[in-house]
Amino acid sequence: MALPQAIKAGLPCMNLLRMTAVPILKQLYLEERLLRSSAENWCIISHGTSLPTIVMGISGRPSELVELKPVLRDQIPVIRRFSGGGTVIIDNGTLFVSLICNKNAIPGLQPYPHPIMSWTGQLYGQVLCEFGDFHLRENDYAFNSHKFGGNAQSIIKDRWIHHTSFLWDYDAKNMEYLKLPSRAPKYRSARSHVEFLCRMKDYVPSRTSFIEGTIKSLGGHFSIRPFDLDELGSLSSSLSGSTKLLTRQELEEAYTSQCVAVYPMYKAFIEPDLQTAHIKFSNKFNPFTGFQNPTYILKSPRNVPVGQIKSVLSQEHKESTEETYDIYLLPPGEDLEAC
Amino acid sequence: MALKLWASSAANALKLSSRASAPFPASSISRCFSSVIDGFRYSDSHEWVKHQGDVATIGITDHAQGHLGEVVFVELPESGTSVTKGSGFGAVESVKATSDVNSPISGEVIEVNSKLTGAPGLINTSTYEDGWMIKVKPSDPSELQSLMDSKEYSKFCEEEDAH
Repeated sequence: MALPQAIKAGLPCMNLLRMTAVPILKQLYLEERLLRSSAENWCIISHGTSLPTIVMGISGRPSELVELKPVLRDQIPVIRRFSGGGTVIIDNGTLFVSLICNKNAIPGLQPYPHPIMSWTGQLYGQVLCEFGDFHLRENDYAFNSHKFGGNAQSIIKDRWIHHTSFLWDYDAKNMEYLKLPSRAPKYRSARSHVEFLCRMKDYVPSRTSFIEGTIKSLGGHFSIRPFDLDELGSLSSSLSGSTKLLTRQELEEAYTSQCVAVYPMYKAFIEPDLQTAHIKFSNKFNPFTGFQNPTYILKSPRNVPVGQIKSVLSQEHKESTEETYDIYLLPPGEDLEAC
Repeated sequence: MALKLWASSAANALKLSSRASAPFPASSISRCFSSVIDGFRYSDSHEWVKHQGDVATIGITDHAQGHLGEVVFVELPESGTSVTKGSGFGAVESVKATSDVNSPISGEVIEVNSKLTGAPGLINTSTYEDGWMIKVKPSDPSELQSLMDSKEYSKFCEEEDAH
């Protein structure tokens, strides 16, 4: 089959699709479709989604990743995408570059997460090293130790997609919709969103110079063929339901599910207000950090006098007295008397 | 013959790739760093099958889990679903990637490993035992013959890693 463009020196062909102002949901439907039903290599470069939208990875659970109360209040859309990885909030300032390749497209590159991640690190390093101290840190693109690009992949039998959301610019306020992730790279060192991230526009002169540089860098591995969005069919439906927009009902259910266990209830309903509380809570017992304190609490249904307990302890035992207060978390909507 | 059998079981116990051709079992250490189990069959997309009577147990191989890294989530089908040789039936998620898992044989899923929901890392730590993914009633047992045995699969992995 003869291709319309001349093939550059035996390099495989890669279709280049540039889009602006396409909603992220449609873009994800398109990418999933191209990954699973096309046999060609693709590069999709896109920016200009206007509405802030939260995008979680395939196994993302909103109750763990998202601040549901403000999200429900401000009606921020929440999408679960078909690839792995973490949660991002994207807006007008986000730039997307997605690479969909056949497993043999790049000689010597094995279709596994780490080799693909490394290869893209080299690709973008070529483009960005002149603008800043570029690094592939664990699975992120960073200048020094400030992240500006987050990655996700989906690997199927003979093809893979590696897509990146680049923070050309971002609204720091939007980060408040995201919880601090429980799984974070070591180099994050517990920094807040604002201390951890940086904006590409503070390092790179223009979006165009980054985009053109990326296309040029890809040209070293592929014969790039510009493709028009109109040449593809309708983008409205999703294949096999992997990418989906969560319904309001699902988000509300996730919000109320936070009311079933003490620690999530505390995190959801008490901790946010502690900033302005007049009472300071000091809790030495945190079951989630550090080595377990080998303290045993003995409880008995019988009324055992103190003397009887002491008589069975060894002579060397030490005594101390502590005052404790039991705090009861009342689920929202529950009546104190009824509990 | 007995020596070869001893070699296989010693190799399994030591988690070494066993090579049936080596006459001196104690010194046969494979250059392939991943382990295989003799008696299992393997697909070229790195899944293993253990066939016992009417039931085939399926999982991903040590080679695959090593390249994927820490598994954080496993997507499995429901019992009763049918699977087709060469087609995806689920996925394994590592830190940033989700990777399809393909069935080496066709048949009906009769059991799914529910332990993987709470402990997806079993795929990393107990790849050929507690990390099994699905149990299938094969619809065509002859499909097993077209899969690789442990020796062929070890060689296949070596050739892949040599790139």
